[in-house]
Amino acid sequence: MDVLVYMIPIALLLGCTGLCAFLWALRSGQYDDIDGAEHRVLLDE
Amino acid sequence: MCCADVAQAYVEAHASWSEANTRPSLKRDYSAFVQSLEDGLQRVELAVEGVRCAACMKAIESATTPLPGVMKARLNFSTRRLAVEWRGAELDVNRIIETLDTIGFKAHPFDPRRRDDAEAREMKRLIRALAVAGFASMNVMLMAVSVWAGNVSDITPETRDFFHWVQAVIALPAAAYAGRPFYENAIRGLVAGRITMDFPITLGVVLTLIMSIVETALSAEHAYFDGAIMLLFFLLIGRVLDQTMRRRTRTLAENLSALRSERAARIAPDGTVRDVPVSAIDPGDRVLVRPGERVPVDGIIESGRSELDQSLVTGETKLVGAGPGDRVYGGALNAAGALTVRVTAATAGTVLDEVERLMSRALEAKSKALVLADHATRLYIPLVHAAAVLTLAGWLVGGAGWHASVLVAVAVLIVTCPCALGLAIPAVQVVAAGALFREGVLLNSGDALERLAAVDTVVFDKTGTLTRPEPTLAGGPYDPAVLDRASRLALSSRHPMASALCASLDRKEPYPSAQEAAGLGVRAVVDGVELRLGSPRFCGAEVEAQAALAVDPEASVICFRAGDGAPAAFLVRQALREDAAETVAGLRMAGYRVMILSGDRSAAVASAANALGIQDWRAEVTPQDKIAVIEALKAEGRRVLMVGDGINDAPALAAADVSLSPVTAAHISQAAADGLFMGARLAPVAVALAVGVRARRLMVQNLWFSALYNVAAVPLAAAGLITPLIAALAMSGSSVAVTANALRARLSAGPSRRSERSSLKPVPALS
Repeated sequence: MDVLVYMIPIALLLGCTGLCAFLWALRSGQYDDIDGAEHRVLLDE
Repeated sequence: MCCADVAQAYVEAHASWSEANTRPSLKRDYSAFVQSLEDGLQRVELAVEGVRCAACMKAIESATTPLPGVMKARLNFSTRRLAVEWRGAELDVNRIIETLDTIGFKAHPFDPRRRDDAEAREMKRLIRALAVAGFASMNVMLMAVSVWAGNVSDITPETRDFFHWVQAVIALPAAAYAGRPFYENAIRGLVAGRITMDFPITLGVVLTLIMSIVETALSAEHAYFDGAIMLLFFLLIGRVLDQTMRRRTRTLAENLSALRSERAARIAPDGTVRDVPVSAIDPGDRVLVRPGERVPVDGIIESGRSELDQSLVTGETKLVGAGPGDRVYGGALNAAGALTVRVTAATAGTVLDEVERLMSRALEAKSKALVLADHATRLYIPLVHAAAVLTLAGWLVGGAGWHASVLVAVAVLIVTCPCALGLAIPAVQVVAAGALFREGVLLNSGDALERLAAVDTVVFDKTGTLTRPEPTLAGGPYDPAVLDRASRLALSSRHPMASALCASLDRKEPYPSAQEAAGLGVRAVVDGVELRLGSPRFCGAEVEAQAALAVDPEASVICFRAGDGAPAAFLVRQALREDAAETVAGLRMAGYRVMILSGDRSAAVASAANALGIQDWRAEVTPQDKIAVIEALKAEGRRVLMVGDGINDAPALAAADVSLSPVTAAHISQAAADGLFMGARLAPVAVALAVGVRARRLMVQNLWFSALYNVAAVPLAAAGLITPLIAALAMSGSSVAVTANALRARLSAGPSRRSERSSLKPVPALS
């Protein structure tokens, strides 16, 4: 079971990365316009 | 695909009715709307009308981005707001608005001072807390499930301890961060001497975490990190839902006030006139009020004579004359001549001052009223804490050691977590408010739903509530050819009565040669014939006007004459909303007592009451009388819904158990009301009542469910039979059940969507 000692921290680190990505997305306004985002996908810039 | 955003469409329909669009163009000073950011950037936010689909979004952005100096132009489709940031002096707000106008969108800038950033920050904070709690509860749960599985198979104590410590490492910082909204409220409540729902939550979470650490240090079999963190996760969902509902209402209300474009034409000392936002007007300034405009602020007339439609102020529909020295109130509609008004602060003894005093007193009394959630908290806190203390005492007396007894008592606290209780009410409120939103009703507060459910008496104001806010054409039938020409001529007039004629027109093309004759009417020469529209004297139609008024003495008359042909007199009056009779009859059928309380004259109120079959009406009531009547009804034990729009209704709106206003209402009334309804129909009032009843039933069901759950769980926990696995199942199971039940509020009551859509079309004025 020694493998757990480093596998769990690695898993947590990956999870943390996801959480940080979400918090970054929130801060940078990705969720400010949820209705618009679905339309914006179809626009060619 | 074009989106069917009904609520937004109502807002726009209303805005296009409002006087803003009939204003003569004037160089506008928008500097008060521009925010200066760091490094020389300037930013403005505009509410944009008419955004329907992705193509609109692209058109707006690609039209504004090439403007000189623009760094960023982005339209938020959810809020219908365009944010533009630019550098340099080449661009100003006027240019942006003109650019949007050329591609067919009307935009109105927001006043940054009006925005309330505190709530937006609170929302972000809650979502961040929710994200952290969600992340932590998932990871802790993974570990916990491994331990549970290991406990019944072959986990070694060393591995279990390791798993518990990992859980502690995740749960402790997460709980410290994600639980802050609860801890802070609990402490704030305690300092103020109140025990709120946040107190048992805080106590439960903190005790559970401490106990789990002690157990882990003692290398015990069970730890409850998952319970504590999951509790926070579920409760934060409830808080976020609650906040979402308030925010949605507020965003729309802010757009509405921008679309109404509250501006005033300020006369500078050098005599130049500039349009400025109302918030930039100070007492002592002079403002110009042109015919067809609403008086923007309170003041005293300095020069000019006119007739004012005070219906939004007093409920009186007849025009009253006003001249130098007379006091005018914000919201009155200037019908005839231009006025110069010196702005005064609301001083003691004015109508508005009296209204505000009455209103604040009534609102204070209302905030003390207990809602369902308060009752639940009052029962919950002592019962649960008593159960925990009794359990502790029972086990100690029974000879168990301190350690075992505390363990069981804390298990009682965990299992009675107010998860379901915390979700029971906000979940229903959000779903029901969403259903009402689609029917055109915006609620200011969530607890308005349960107050709507208790209502047994509905009191209506007449002017602007039972009647349409704008005058409509009455009488007839009129010769269609004459009506058509008169209506096209009316397009060139800013007189409020003329707008009644315009409403019946399909083709909105004014005559190019039309000219307004101040205080008299409009004239135009078409194919060599002079057309005139205006007062009877202006058209030489005194006889016809007298004859028309003999039929309907309550109405006003507007005349039309082509050359020397026979003049025509059109009757214009405040018509009842098209479905007013139907809605009132429906309410009476449903057992509500319906009343009219109006500031208008007896004859006008009597005719409306007769048309609607309401026996119970009072006319010529002052704001004080309105409050007195409402309080008398409440003293009789009745629960009153007040529906009104005028400044004179504001105290009554605040005093009633619950209140609704049409979106066209005066500001102060909108602020006093618990909700706004949109569109030309009265049906949303009945829908709101029906949804309220349904929502309250679901809330009570949810509370009973939470209570039953606790009744079943407490004895188990007190008996020491609750393992972390059972606690987790019970907690999430009850929360899911309560949320699923709340979703039933979506099955909307009241009229179908189809009928609601049809009200978006202009209602034919000829009835």
